[in-house]
Amino acid sequence: MEKDYLLSIQGVCKSFSGVQVLKDVCLDVRKGTVHSLMGENGAGKSTLMKCLFGIYRQDKGQFFLEGKEFNFTDPKHALENGVSMVHQELNQVLQRTVTDNIWLGRYPKGRLFVDEKKMYADTKALFDRLGMDVDPQITLNKLSVSQRQMVEIAKAVSYDAKIIVLDEPTSSLTENEVEKLFEIIRLLKSEGVGIVYISHKMEEIFEISDDVTVLRDGHYIGTEAIENLTMESIVNMMVGRDLEHRFPPRTNVPGEVHLSVRNLSTRYAPLIHDISFDLRRGEILGVAGLVGAGRTEMIEAIFGARTRRSGEILVDGKAIDNETPTQAIRNRFALLTEERRETGIYPVADITFNSTIANVNNYRNKAGFLVDRKMKEDTDVQIRNMRIKTPNRRELIRSLSGGNQQKVIIGRWLLTDPDILLLDEPTRGIDVGAKYEIYQLIIELASKGKSVIVVSSEMPELLGLTNRIMVMSNGYMAGIVNTEETTQTEIFHLASMHLTKSREVGA
Amino acid sequence: MSDKAVTRKGFFSKSSEEWKEFLINNAIYIVLACIILAVIIKEPAFVSVTVFKNILTQSSVRLILAFGVGGIIILQGTDLSLGRFVGFAAVISASMLQRADYAARFYTDMQPVPLIVPLLISMVVIAIFSGINGWVVSVFKIHPFLATMGMMIAVYGILSIYFASGDPGPQPIGGYDVRYTDFVIGSTLGIPNLVIYATIISVLVWVLWNKTTFGKNMFAVGGNPEAAKVSGVNVVKTTVMVYILAGLLYGIGGFLEAARIGSANNGTGYGYELDAIAACVVGGISFSGGIGKVSGAIIGVLLFTIINYGMTFVGMDMYYQYIIKGVIIVAAVSLDTKKYLKKS
Repeated sequence: MEKDYLLSIQGVCKSFSGVQVLKDVCLDVRKGTVHSLMGENGAGKSTLMKCLFGIYRQDKGQFFLEGKEFNFTDPKHALENGVSMVHQELNQVLQRTVTDNIWLGRYPKGRLFVDEKKMYADTKALFDRLGMDVDPQITLNKLSVSQRQMVEIAKAVSYDAKIIVLDEPTSSLTENEVEKLFEIIRLLKSEGVGIVYISHKMEEIFEISDDVTVLRDGHYIGTEAIENLTMESIVNMMVGRDLEHRFPPRTNVPGEVHLSVRNLSTRYAPLIHDISFDLRRGEILGVAGLVGAGRTEMIEAIFGARTRRSGEILVDGKAIDNETPTQAIRNRFALLTEERRETGIYPVADITFNSTIANVNNYRNKAGFLVDRKMKEDTDVQIRNMRIKTPNRRELIRSLSGGNQQKVIIGRWLLTDPDILLLDEPTRGIDVGAKYEIYQLIIELASKGKSVIVVSSEMPELLGLTNRIMVMSNGYMAGIVNTEETTQTEIFHLASMHLTKSREVGA
Repeated sequence: MSDKAVTRKGFFSKSSEEWKEFLINNAIYIVLACIILAVIIKEPAFVSVTVFKNILTQSSVRLILAFGVGGIIILQGTDLSLGRFVGFAAVISASMLQRADYAARFYTDMQPVPLIVPLLISMVVIAIFSGINGWVVSVFKIHPFLATMGMMIAVYGILSIYFASGDPGPQPIGGYDVRYTDFVIGSTLGIPNLVIYATIISVLVWVLWNKTTFGKNMFAVGGNPEAAKVSGVNVVKTTVMVYILAGLLYGIGGFLEAARIGSANNGTGYGYELDAIAACVVGGISFSGGIGKVSGAIIGVLLFTIINYGMTFVGMDMYYQYIIKGVIIVAAVSLDTKKYLKKS
């Protein structure tokens, strides 16, 4: 039996600085099949694939390729041995051409120089075979995100690998392109290639996979043939409890229009175009969209962290400036940034510093010096209100878990007494329990009359938490839907609406 | 389709946004043209073959050095040790190429050697030291500013010890063998030799950057190291090779520079690193990595030489030149940022 597996992963463990992200994970891929790997964000799917590909080294566990044990030391090694991968974050050299990117790491050599003619011809042939219509000579940053993703897929195919790992390959593809990708996958299957397919989109999983393996919090949960699975059973495996209890009840009641945004566009790339919407007092408005849709850029533009080309922002019907974050904070906006580690926390500072830094001017006494006592009091209040798990306020923020770090930062913004909260991926990289508490907090805030915008890549989160969802697509607004009445399918459809438009032109 | 139509629109029918973009993209050429024009208006004699030749000659060594550091900048790096490397190569070359009848010879009893010998020694020595820079930067992930700053200081020590070890003690090394001076500051068919060398090296560097795996890997590693890594490019090897190439070019530059200025000492070359970096940056070799052209380095070097030469030509005070140069560097970089950086 074991021999039949093209790829077999046994008991892989991996931890990063003491945090175990993979515990005894297994995965077996049969020849000529698609094996879907599922799990919530942070479940360990990408980490497992990076261990396979030689980017990380697992602490324990074995990999077998056609029955032979192996351990790739680096990506080159993996590629040479028939394992190729489309990475989740598009790893491309944007300043270079399509051709240069596809053959990177293995440029064909003429007698002395790179054989540009062969490279061009090979790229053409590859694109023809896959039915792609992209100019091989064009610089990558002139392509749309979906075209770039197709280029990346073509590149993975071009290695003629035995195993191809596709890590969220459709995250920014249009429906037509997804169909094209599935044709490619079927072609590869018929050639005996084994495919590891990572995706959050249930429809895709049921259309294309043969087997499904589910991970949760780094644990191996199980493997099943697709015939024996339903959407429900997969979600239950992924979440460990049913969807109903993942979100606290929505007690907030949206009131009058609070914030109006009219014709908002940014000056510099990544561009967003002509965004208009209203946010009601006490409303939670979700923002959905694929990677690169411009969601972060939109809220940054509202917050004054990004230069606007045009657009008006009105609070309670009155136009305000928000040209800089300082003005925005004065206008009682708060922005929780997407990359907590990079732009949120001051890792080497304690909780007090991290809690009060956005509001530090309000802790000055008459002489202009900071009053420690007041800062400590406020920090303690936040720790209590937000139920931050920490021995005391002197603890360095980096020693807290992701969820508790996020609470500190939300607390930091609450100390500035904001009216409008812009939250960018507020639960990214946070475990399920802590997510629930963050949701509770957001709903409490909205119930108290704060207005909230939540940008999220997790569909269940948007559906479970928000009142309305705005969908962005390639820098444009594709529509706003009522959460109660919408479906995942409708949102995905909207999210791919403008994908074929080029948006960098005129930047 | 419609995109192309926009770019083909007539030169004078641009919208204000398009004009702005046009100005940003061509700022350096516009500035260069303005300076040349101003100089010519003030001093029409500037338009002459001699001036043209002088400007090219003065640009030659600078250009060779700019190519070296240019590759490193493409890798998102920088090289402060360039100046000291040039000095080291200059002292090595000069010490081996003095006239037999010169009074204070570095090696009193040395027989004449072929020119190629000191040239190769300079190139190899500097390439080794520069390769160490590349190794330190890529393996220990030390910021190139710090790694090359350390090298800059250490090499000054080594070079000074060598300089002081000569038979007459630490004094400027001059009195060159006539073969050496002819080779460097002579002319062939009316064209200054230095210009010929710089031209040959420009072609070689262009080929290396654009037509070889090495060059393509360099741009890939500079543009997105992670992408290069997952595509199987050996990032450490590529980085070390770029620094070695820089070292070879610095070696050539030092060899030429010693003869061009007529003598060498342990202070030779100091400060050249900033000139070379400035020329690259002004020529559009971006500090954010992955972007740069041979033609850019050439334009950048020419711009500074023309400012230098032109303003001296019209009798402008040296100190004003510094102000103009400083302003141009900062202005060029901020325009460059507008062009490439995605964030406001």
